[in-house]
Amino acid sequence: MRVGLFIPCYVDQFYPGAAIATLQLLEKLGVDVAYPAGQTCCGQPMANSGFEHLTHGCNELFIKNFDGFDYIVAPSGSCVLHVRDHLHDEHQEDKAKDIRDKVYELTTFLTDILKVKSLPAKFPYKVGMHQSCHGQRGLHISSMSELVAPSFSKPGSLLAMVEGIDIVPLNRIDECCGFGGTFCVAEEAVSAKMGKDRIDDHLEHGAEYITGVDMSCLMHMEGLLKRRGSKVKVLHIAEILNGIN
Amino acid sequence: MTSEAKDHAQLADIFNKDEARVDWHDETLWWVRAKRDKAVHQLPEWEELREAASQIKHNVLSNLNSYLIQFEAQAQANGITVHWAADGAEHNRIVHELIKAEGVTRMVKSKSMLTEECHLNEYLADNGIEVIDSDLGERIVQLAKEPPSHIVLPCIHKKKEEIGDLFHEHLGTPANLSDPQILTEAARVHLRDTFLTRKVALTGVNFAIAETGEFVVCTNEGNADMGAHLANVHIASMGIEKLIPQRKHLGIFLRLLTRSATGQPITTYSSHFKKPRPGQQMHLVLVDNGRTVQLGREDFRNSLKCIRCGACMNTCPVYRRSGGHSYHTAVAGPIGSILAPNLDMKKYADLPFASTLCGSCTNVCPVKINIHEQLYKWRQVIVQEGHAPALKKVSMQAMTWTLGSPSVYRAAGKMGRWVMKYAPFAINNGFNPWYKQRDMPEPPKESFGEWYRKNR
Repeated sequence: MRVGLFIPCYVDQFYPGAAIATLQLLEKLGVDVAYPAGQTCCGQPMANSGFEHLTHGCNELFIKNFDGFDYIVAPSGSCVLHVRDHLHDEHQEDKAKDIRDKVYELTTFLTDILKVKSLPAKFPYKVGMHQSCHGQRGLHISSMSELVAPSFSKPGSLLAMVEGIDIVPLNRIDECCGFGGTFCVAEEAVSAKMGKDRIDDHLEHGAEYITGVDMSCLMHMEGLLKRRGSKVKVLHIAEILNGIN
Repeated sequence: MTSEAKDHAQLADIFNKDEARVDWHDETLWWVRAKRDKAVHQLPEWEELREAASQIKHNVLSNLNSYLIQFEAQAQANGITVHWAADGAEHNRIVHELIKAEGVTRMVKSKSMLTEECHLNEYLADNGIEVIDSDLGERIVQLAKEPPSHIVLPCIHKKKEEIGDLFHEHLGTPANLSDPQILTEAARVHLRDTFLTRKVALTGVNFAIAETGEFVVCTNEGNADMGAHLANVHIASMGIEKLIPQRKHLGIFLRLLTRSATGQPITTYSSHFKKPRPGQQMHLVLVDNGRTVQLGREDFRNSLKCIRCGACMNTCPVYRRSGGHSYHTAVAGPIGSILAPNLDMKKYADLPFASTLCGSCTNVCPVKINIHEQLYKWRQVIVQEGHAPALKKVSMQAMTWTLGSPSVYRAAGKMGRWVMKYAPFAINNGFNPWYKQRDMPEPPKESFGEWYRKNR
């Protein structure tokens, strides 16, 4: 099984630790992983801002980088959802479709494809699990509080394999943090308020770390936590599942 | 709204100056969302009900022309006078003519978001007709000279103390009242007089049944019934999308409506109006006002399935923290943001962007409108139609250029991280909206790409 590692642009630039953990975790699980060096961005920032018509360059590049892999895996629900919903190329639509079907968010890949049953990880801390909306409501990696349906969580089931971890309950289990891509600057007041309310929920329940499948939400909450001088840290779920020394 | 009018982001910024009030607004609406969750989780068939309602409305929208003709014929056979209005202005003229024909200058009106959409109250006021809104929440915002901020809970942005002050000023209640029961009683006495003296009453319509020519009005206060039963003339205003094919379909919608709206099993009053009582006139105004245009927009067509429950507003984390008035349109929140651009794309170009696309609205919608996907699609249409701000256009083009080339991307990333490390003042300043309340991420010494080249 050859897996192409898709690292979102802002993770590549600002959070290499999350990317390294993803790579190491997949390698540990015996996956043949390669990181195509020519990758940049999936094009979501433009598309969500109404400029999907400008994303053909990103799409072309994405296909060039990831064509031919058995799976494409990324430590992000949001970027994967964008590729799944919007990767098109009129000159090579068959390849685009193939990639749309093969791209996986990391935790779903672990639970559904690798069918991971145990992980040699230990993390003896109180952790708040943030449900990133695009992974949850877009890719359905967890059940959603609005729907009358059985409860499940793919990232939650993986965290449960980590020794010593204490997942704290939350008042609002799946409310958006307010990052929202360019929303975070275009609607700064509401975005920041949503983020503050989210972190308050985690802090109130004694979380020492906030984790999730999307570094973008975590980056937003980290910015707010740091500004208020909080000691609570954010960590991508890959870093916890890979085991922190 | 004029060209210098504020957009959603600016209005929400003002709303957020009073954080305690934002918290109160958010928690009040979250409480309604939680009530809705509790109610719907008691019905194992909830998702099937949503699907059935969605499919029935799909059928209605696909055959709207024939259902409208069937409905008109049945209603006329029942003795209802049917009027057709192409837009809000025509609707308002029809209503005004009916009031004039009765020789009165006063009317009582129960809840109708359609009349808000058509700005009926302002039109009638300009023509010397006094309208009293009989829904308690609507009456409160009317006294405050404000539009409703929510389609089901019109004065949800007002605290009970503020309502006490309004009643003191307008209804002569003692100063500093804030007990909801006393305030409601005061409103009851005031409205009772209105009901007894108005010869013309206007109601909205929640559902109109093509098969029987009857219409159903849902209220919790019974105010529509009080107005309509005591008046000589009953005018009912409805958007053409309010139809359902048969009476047997009504139960599905009544079960969904109030559970979604407030968490109640059903509205207190679900009143069927089929024919005028002897001596009474019953008029029904069927209003298009852009609906047929929306019906022609394939991507946005099913926004017309909306039954105006307001669940998308209660669940929307942006709505809860920006308040209904920030949407500067009659129907606020997620559903308003996909309906309003159809009416005026330029004026409402900001609304589809007032969302994180979290998708909670779509999940609570009782008729399964894909609201967040339509918000995304409206963004594309608005930009293509040339309504994107110039600065945004330039920055998106710059981003496209950077991300279109791996070498430019790598150089830009490296430069960005260098600046963050050695010249943070260039980023950490008042011109950076991110930095206003959030710190920037710590720039790492190398990107993952650089690390990978060295280590694999």
